[in-house]
Amino acid sequence: MTAAFTTVRSGALTTVQDAGRPGHAHLGVPRSGALDAPAMRLANRLLGNAPDAAVLETTLTGCALRPDRDVTAVVGGAYCPVSVGGRPAAWGAPVRVPAGSVLDVGAAVAGVRSYVAVAGGIAAEPVLGSRSTDLLSGLGPAPLRDGDVVAVGTAPRPVPLPVAAPWPGPAAELVLPVRLGPRADWFSPAALRTLASGAYRVSPHSNRIGLRMEGPPLQHASTGELPSEGMVLGAVQVPPDGHPVVFLNDHPTTGGYPVVAVVLEPALAAAAQAAAGTPVRFVLA
Amino acid sequence: MTDGPSLTARPAGRHALLVELSDAEHTAAFHAEVLRRRAAGTLPPVAEIVPGARTVLLDGVGDPGALARGVAGWEVPPVTADDGEAVEIPVRYDGPDLADVATLWGVAPEEVGARHRAHTYRVAFCGFAPGFGYLTGLPARLHVPRRATPRTRVPAGAVALAGPYSAVYPRATPGGWQLIGTMPDPGALWDPARERAALLVPGTRVRFVTADAEPTGPGRGGASPQETSAAGAGTEDGA
Repeated sequence: MTAAFTTVRSGALTTVQDAGRPGHAHLGVPRSGALDAPAMRLANRLLGNAPDAAVLETTLTGCALRPDRDVTAVVGGAYCPVSVGGRPAAWGAPVRVPAGSVLDVGAAVAGVRSYVAVAGGIAAEPVLGSRSTDLLSGLGPAPLRDGDVVAVGTAPRPVPLPVAAPWPGPAAELVLPVRLGPRADWFSPAALRTLASGAYRVSPHSNRIGLRMEGPPLQHASTGELPSEGMVLGAVQVPPDGHPVVFLNDHPTTGGYPVVAVVLEPALAAAAQAAAGTPVRFVLA
Repeated sequence: MTDGPSLTARPAGRHALLVELSDAEHTAAFHAEVLRRRAAGTLPPVAEIVPGARTVLLDGVGDPGALARGVAGWEVPPVTADDGEAVEIPVRYDGPDLADVATLWGVAPEEVGARHRAHTYRVAFCGFAPGFGYLTGLPARLHVPRRATPRTRVPAGAVALAGPYSAVYPRATPGGWQLIGTMPDPGALWDPARERAALLVPGTRVRFVTADAEPTGPGRGGASPQETSAAGAGTEDGA
């Protein structure tokens, strides 16, 4: 018999995420998946799960869950207080949650997105090979609401745990290495200098689709219209208002605003943990 | 047709190449060539092949520089009229913008359907929503602008026009296109539980045909790549 969680408190936005559904961009399907994939994988590894087993991704305010059977869980990613049945419990390490006790994942103290992995993984119905919630196109399970029941898969055999798992905290300043292109030629040399030297901040309007920037606008050098073209993860798209948006996992697969540069993929996990107001610096890689 | 200098390969990050072509036709031809080479096993591993209006994005490429040099030397034959799988989409021409489109086209509203059906379309690319295909094939004189004010809700199955494109909304979304008709069973457009989730994939040829007078009930197959609806065949008038 497998366990299920009842959602006691769904938090600001809690979604099911795994490695996403890459390979369908030509159909207009975003890749989706955990924004901080290294955090998801580490939480799964600590439980003996497959690295890409489905987890819950919270946003700023955490969530609270009550299992109907004893389960083992790991809360990782953004650092936050954790409690089980009202008693403080470990963050970043396996915790036992007895049947009927509430696992409370508190508000993020640092970072944005905490991950709740459970031995056996979250057992939502896969869509196109993934259990991820895609907020742009609405594929996968809906975001959690209070009272929702979330099924858990069959727990793996307990495995020896790695000692001292490293959980990087969010940086005080988000440094995003970028390669210029594919549409850097839509911008003046002055605009490209602004991108590489400007003081940007993470906008509170950021979400799983994109990390929006506040700071000096990048004016298009031409006023033409760009025909729709394929967009990559990490694309720095510049809409007509000039404020760059770094595309995250739920980004649209095609778009009509020029992409001035692309953030190198290893930096995107940190981007997903950068809270509103975090200073951002783009550096040419 | 050899593309030669009309092809520009632009790097997009460390693992992707955006190949830009001179027009929609060359883009369709290049996209078809990419698919042929992938089927033949002569394309280096690529995670995503995403056509756009004038581009083909090759994402998840090990060595974009080498691929850029490779594609520059490709012989790319033009697409022919019978390239690609063909699907038929039944339409009732009852859209709320039918009269506006008729005015823009300089025809009577009841002639819009015949003009629209008279052309064969091709899915140039997808985007906006899963299963939403941008269909090219409408001659330039029939291109219409988007509506000045977008609708907050366009129903699923709405058959629409904007710029050089024709499309069918796979589900209800906001939208700014001119609505000329209705596909009675829009569920056929997108079903992620199906082996082939999207009816309209890039490169597919599309013909619009007259829907049965009786609206198709839910659960009926509607259009599929296997079926060839005979409804509306032989109504080659107008245009």
